[in-house]
Amino acid sequence: MKNGKLIVSPSPHIHGPLSTKRLMSDVLIALIPAFIVSVIVYGVNALIVTAVSVAGCVLFEYLIQKYLLKGEPTIGNLSAIVTGVLLGFNLPSTLPIWMILLGALVAIGVGKMSFGGLGCNPFNPALVGRVFLLISFPVQMTGFVTPPKVDSLSGASMPTEINADAVTDAVSGPTLLGYVKESLANGLTTEDIANRLSYNDMLLGFKSGSLGEIAAMALLLGFLYMLCRKVITWHIPVAVLGSMFIFSGITWLIDPMHYMNPAFHLLTGGAILGAVFMATDYVTSPMSHKGMLVYGVGIGVITMLIRLWGSYPEGMSFAILIMNAIVPLINKYMKPKRFGVCPAKIR
Amino acid sequence: MKGFRKGGIHPPEYKISKKEAIQDMPLPESVVLPLGQHIGAPATPCVQKGDRVLVGQIIGTPNGFVSSYIHSSVSGTVTAIDNQPDVRGLRSPSITIKVEGDQWLETIDRSDALIKNCTLPREAILKKITEAGIVGLGGATFPAHVKLTIPQGKHADVLIINGVECEPFLTADHRLMLEKSEEILIGVDLLCKVLGVDEACIGIENNKPDAIERLSQLSLNYPRIKVVPLRVRYPQGSEKQLIEAISGREVPSGKLPLDVGVVVQNVGTAFAVYEAVQKNKPLFERIVTVTGRSLAHTSNLRVRLGTPISSLIDYCGGLPEDVGKVICGGPMMGRAIANINAPVTKGTSGIVTIREKGAVRKQPQNCIKCAKCVSVCCMGLEPYLISKLARLERFDELEALHVTDCLECGSCSYTCPANLPLLDYIRVGKAEVLRRIRINKTQQNK
Repeated sequence: MKNGKLIVSPSPHIHGPLSTKRLMSDVLIALIPAFIVSVIVYGVNALIVTAVSVAGCVLFEYLIQKYLLKGEPTIGNLSAIVTGVLLGFNLPSTLPIWMILLGALVAIGVGKMSFGGLGCNPFNPALVGRVFLLISFPVQMTGFVTPPKVDSLSGASMPTEINADAVTDAVSGPTLLGYVKESLANGLTTEDIANRLSYNDMLLGFKSGSLGEIAAMALLLGFLYMLCRKVITWHIPVAVLGSMFIFSGITWLIDPMHYMNPAFHLLTGGAILGAVFMATDYVTSPMSHKGMLVYGVGIGVITMLIRLWGSYPEGMSFAILIMNAIVPLINKYMKPKRFGVCPAKIR
Repeated sequence: MKGFRKGGIHPPEYKISKKEAIQDMPLPESVVLPLGQHIGAPATPCVQKGDRVLVGQIIGTPNGFVSSYIHSSVSGTVTAIDNQPDVRGLRSPSITIKVEGDQWLETIDRSDALIKNCTLPREAILKKITEAGIVGLGGATFPAHVKLTIPQGKHADVLIINGVECEPFLTADHRLMLEKSEEILIGVDLLCKVLGVDEACIGIENNKPDAIERLSQLSLNYPRIKVVPLRVRYPQGSEKQLIEAISGREVPSGKLPLDVGVVVQNVGTAFAVYEAVQKNKPLFERIVTVTGRSLAHTSNLRVRLGTPISSLIDYCGGLPEDVGKVICGGPMMGRAIANINAPVTKGTSGIVTIREKGAVRKQPQNCIKCAKCVSVCCMGLEPYLISKLARLERFDELEALHVTDCLECGSCSYTCPANLPLLDYIRVGKAEVLRRIRINKTQQNK
């Protein structure tokens, strides 16, 4: 007690251990397994892409906050690092550095800071950056390096004619989703394709794709960690993956020759990365559990619609951004269940 | 294990003083007894300056039904009847008595003998409870006789006794349950008789296994009473949450426990009922936990009402240098003390010292919409939204968000990772909405 004066403030007089910084560090820890897999699969390129993306996001947030918004520095809450890692995870390992930096500038500058910074942005900043790059540089953004192990482990290599127009180097190829979509369009059946796929590889990460979307097991490990630390609840990931499973299950049951099975859809593309790390972004997801379920199902259904009948092979990013836009509406109509509204027993 | 279902938090318990047996706090030099120590109209003084009073003598009479008697807690001379500052520093009518000796009213049974039997009819028991000035001792201080008088058309079938003590630090009820177990059970039995109910449940959180065991064992002799262990969760001591945890009944929004056939009383109140009915001892002292992480001797003290809080702290080793805040009550819902010389009153369950570094609030940051406030809210409200609208003074929208359901438990502010003072703004909004509802009602009545 200094000078005999006591501090007076309204209750509560104690505060819990949670802080924005701690939540963000937990998300970063949860991303470590997927990061390790991406480095194993893509080597030093994965490291470079992620590092450049993180550095870019942090730098742009610092500069914008200091010189344009003229506020206290906000990079200490680590949210820019999370955005950076997630953006990096959504990029192919061969993307030129200047494009990564441009993506980081759009993600942080347009996606986040233009709305007022953390907590004010309606759209997931990392996805804003990613979709900007995807639309601006479609060739570079879809020219994925096929990890050498895909050929050796699955026993069958991807058809080389599809790789013919690849821009980067000889071993680059489309993602599995792109490959399957094209093959199906070319008249191949799912059986032909299935012979060339190894689900083990998909689980472990030996498939072509963005850095972070390749390793289902590693991403699920991160999901478990976040659940245990109560960073997120199960609602959004389960709703997204569950609705994708049911949707693709129905189409598969109706016509198994022309629609891939649910396991394929869950293990490919950005399904798990999107469901666990992108859709669960606090700022851009609903507040009530009921709302989270609606939001998750919306993402799952839109993703499947794009995958099956849209012009893009993958629709996770678009689905999340579309549902982001509906979140205020969901928050308005999906209220948490109040205590004492429909009591079980009244005497 | 039973427990309430929706929301809630589990703050660190810090029950530092749980092993400290109840001690008698020495008599102070003088006591200040506010006439409004309860919810409802303040009492009217019935003594005059210069009068000599005895311990247990009535010095204030109730002013209406929702009011209470005030008794002298010491023997001595009334030196003043004027306005004295309370813990907040606000002045309210009080009686000051200079202590001379310790002479009790002769009707009070001061022996330790346990009196089990009571042949009084229920009206007589209720009269004794009323005249003993008993109020809810959990901290709410609602006059006990009001809750025990069941209005026409209503019916109670369960009495729930609150032995939860879910606030961190506090151990007064815990010690009382251990040391006065039999007395509490007799008190509960008397309350059953007054209410005419056949079932009483004592809810105790399972961080007090010794109290659960002792009361469970003794309750075998009391067929109406059973002990219900509860999982540890704050705010389980809140009436609506406790009722749901024990009986599964949800008190509807805006209704009272009696609407689902339940009456809730605190264990401390049950003990006071025992003393009032069996020992003729009115409510003039209570158990107060004096605790804090840097306090020299944390204690559970039996304190005469009106004793200055500062003398309790001095008795426990004095205020440590590193203390920045002193709280009257628990750290979640208690009041920060502005006036350390304010008296202990009927609602003072504890005095908690908080160290300076924990007493200063952290800098608020942007809301990241993590929805943690929504998931911890035990009433199913949206603290982030209510708080924001209240800050923007958009009070019209708050009633539709059911701000009046908020019980101000503080779980949202406690949890908020952005350190936002959610409850501060919610309180402002709730007060304004309640004020508008009152104005509307009076206009309609005209």
